Amino acid sequence: MLQGKSALVTGASRGIGREIALELARQGANVAVNFSGSEAKAQEVVDEIKAIGCNAFKVQADVANEANVKEMIKEVIAQFGTLDILVNNAGVTRDNLLMRMKEEEFDQVINTNLKGVFVCTKAVTRQMMKQKSGQIINVASIVGVSGNPGQANYVAAKAGVIGLTKTTAKELASRNIRVNAVAPGFISTDMTDTLTEEQREGMLDMIPLGKLGRPEEVAKVVRFLASEDASYITGQTIHIDGGMVM
Amino acid sequence: MADVFDRVKAIIVDRLDVDESKVTMEASFKDDLEADSLDVVELVMELEDEFDMEIADEEAEKINTVGDAVNYINSL
Repeated sequence: MLQGKSALVTGASRGIGREIALELARQGANVAVNFSGSEAKAQEVVDEIKAIGCNAFKVQADVANEANVKEMIKEVIAQFGTLDILVNNAGVTRDNLLMRMKEEEFDQVINTNLKGVFVCTKAVTRQMMKQKSGQIINVASIVGVSGNPGQANYVAAKAGVIGLTKTTAKELASRNIRVNAVAPGFISTDMTDTLTEEQREGMLDMIPLGKLGRPEEVAKVVRFLASEDASYITGQTIHIDGGMVM
Repeated sequence: MADVFDRVKAIIVDRLDVDESKVTMEASFKDDLEADSLDVVELVMELEDEFDMEIADEEAEKINTVGDAVNYINSL
């Protein structure tokens, strides 16, 4: 499905990013595994991709740092020759009630989760315009659509990503570059493993399908958006949330 | 001078699919050569490759005519 394509997945050492990297590889793509802190985890993902039979390497970069990102993109192109798929997945949380949220907690989340998408998208656009093709998939969040108490920073960033997705899609459509977003709901990852039983029960009550999602259920939609099967889809945000927000 | 102009012209003709005779030093990319803003960004990218240099965003924004591009390259 993605034979010979080359992909860069940010924040790919863990959780949803890791699963996306593996899923793209299962479809034949070579994958650059970006990470910021967890080098050993990133190496595990690289090893798994190689075991699948695709090319992979890990590359450290702070997605909000333009100089870092430019170097990373250069390396991907040097290694793979092209850059067909960018998945902006890297994200952090610094949850707090608005009244208690510190300025740096707000800034950190906006930087990584929103500015990071802008920086990485801008940096790959040159290559994709030259190729006259490319797919960009942004990992937003359902809370960017619905809002969520305790996550003013995260929600603002994710809503920003959805707007950025639409604008980028419009700007680059004439160059055959498609830009879409996915908005996962409650997905079982390290992030949700820390929830109490009570919080978990509360969440399940809001989900019509009655269960948490799995990272691979997000990864498969990303893979679809990255493939030619989605050739007439751009600027969209696909909810992957068990029906929570309709 | 002529050399730079000819090289720039060749890129413009190829990229914007316009008649060679329309590409004069005075020609405006947007008004005379029917380029949109993204076309101009792409042209600047190609010029960077052709002349092996980097044009800063602030400089690139000032390039409106063929002459602006040629003069900028000659000034390096």
